[in-house]
Amino acid sequence: MTDVLPAAPSTAAPLSAGEIDAVRQRFPILSREVNGHPLTYLDTAATAQKPDVVIEAESAFYRESNAAVHRGAHTLAGEATELYEDARLTVAAFLGVDEHEIVFTSHATEALNLVAYALGTASIGRGAGAAAAEFALGPGDEIVVTELEHHANLIPWQELAARTGATLRFIPVHDHGGLDLDAAASIISERTRVLAITHVSNVTGAVTPLDVLVPLARAAGALVVLDACQSAPHLPLRPRELDVDIAVFSGHNLYGPPGNGVLYGRAALLDALPPFLYGGSMITTVTMEKAEYLPSPQRFEPGTPRIAQAIGLAAAIRFVQEVRMERIAATEHVLGERLLAGLSTVPDVRVLGAGSPEPRVALASIVVDGVHAHDAGQVLDEVGIAARVGHHCAQPLHRRFGVTASLRLSAGLYTTEAELDRAVEAVASIRPFFGLSEGEQS
Amino acid sequence: MSGLEQLYQQIILDHSKHPHGVGLEAGDETSHQRNPVCGDEITLALRWDATGERVTGIAWEGSGCSISQASASLLSTLAKESTDDGWSWTPDEFTALIHEFREALRSRGTIPLDEETFGDAAALSGVSKFVARVKCAMLAWVAAEDLLQRRA
Repeated sequence: MTDVLPAAPSTAAPLSAGEIDAVRQRFPILSREVNGHPLTYLDTAATAQKPDVVIEAESAFYRESNAAVHRGAHTLAGEATELYEDARLTVAAFLGVDEHEIVFTSHATEALNLVAYALGTASIGRGAGAAAAEFALGPGDEIVVTELEHHANLIPWQELAARTGATLRFIPVHDHGGLDLDAAASIISERTRVLAITHVSNVTGAVTPLDVLVPLARAAGALVVLDACQSAPHLPLRPRELDVDIAVFSGHNLYGPPGNGVLYGRAALLDALPPFLYGGSMITTVTMEKAEYLPSPQRFEPGTPRIAQAIGLAAAIRFVQEVRMERIAATEHVLGERLLAGLSTVPDVRVLGAGSPEPRVALASIVVDGVHAHDAGQVLDEVGIAARVGHHCAQPLHRRFGVTASLRLSAGLYTTEAELDRAVEAVASIRPFFGLSEGEQS
Repeated sequence: MSGLEQLYQQIILDHSKHPHGVGLEAGDETSHQRNPVCGDEITLALRWDATGERVTGIAWEGSGCSISQASASLLSTLAKESTDDGWSWTPDEFTALIHEFREALRSRGTIPLDEETFGDAAALSGVSKFVARVKCAMLAWVAAEDLLQRRA
């Protein structure tokens, strides 16, 4: 089970125990106790904890520079605008793209809705002429997703298909949890206009084989939309190298504040897409009859944006850059191996998608035979372990695995091997607590 | 007794493993309740006496965590025991019981369920300290309340 993990990049060494300890010192919440035990936070995939620099950056903005951005001429307005645009530069550099290719949204969910809605708007003939018409969808066109998607990268496409008459198709997963790439090769065709896929599954932790799927979409002339929520915090993310048109993630998954999402879009694409939300701050000229819109990214950022959150995200990015994403990936590779190896020793516990041949991040969703995930999670919480229980906003994938819910353990750059060992030990105590002996069915 | 042991008292574990009152019939008027967070589901029907004025039993089917399933089983048992004792509930009495149950469960451990009134279901008192689990325990009771309201 341990050889399915990605090889650690040879140039990056995992963090030493001392370095991880130093990182942990920067996360104030990690020193608290839960139910009389030190907090073991293994719910980073739901939201990451925040380092002191993020907490301070957000707070400092309110204490020192708070003002609305992109309007007003007073000193504070200028400072706030500068900080906000600096945050955009930081995000752009992090992804290796241009600043005007970065749109701030409320979260990844809004970013995905933005793209789907803008395509729908183009489909009814609104938008910037021929450039927008290029994206018009209609009957006969197909949108392709995968069976692994988070609801946020599924439902907007269901709705876009319903609004335009296009057909939504999906790449199925095998019993072992990996994507059926043979099926993908026939599902992605010249009818495919959009391929919307996750980079890393939030349920199995598997890294999507983009090297196989993206060329299929390119050959079909389809737009490629990447949900990078579960990759951005764990792997170096380079949308251009991945050859995707759109990539989105949420700041709160990347150690930043909630309320902030990032949409990367290829410049030519963003310039052609019609807006999603309309109002102030996104226009050039407005009459009582109509309006003209600013270029991207302002055209996609109406209203007063989430300024402190963007500044907080920039602080989070500088923090992970200081550690280096390559080293974070190498560290979490070791953690992921240890987690899977540990879980494989616990009887009557199944790791969802464990047989998938894809590399994984340090995340595992498990089913404890005879114990509902909610009950299993309660046993972990009793000893201070925070894990996610439920369907993790991926009901179709859980249905595919024949379960309604699972218990997910997910690591971050502050997670230690000792914490994972504690979690495995606690998982091993779940069935005995409910009076189930080895192999016994409830 | 640890918090976890208070939550999962033996009586709750027994009811979740061997639930009472399971089995709906074709044509039953049912209420289907879901907890979308964790996927708990209960479909529940009320059984009425010949006059249609008193609840004599509760039948249900469902899936989910031990708290949600045990709570449905305990509610069914309570209705049966009450009827066996010659004290089947009027809709008003049942509604009042559900309100009392909800109040105790939402009390964060400050109001225990009265054992005289709730019998074995009083073991669900421990749930009230676990805010995230109150909804699980309420599911069957909300289904019963829904059916009573439809009748009112």
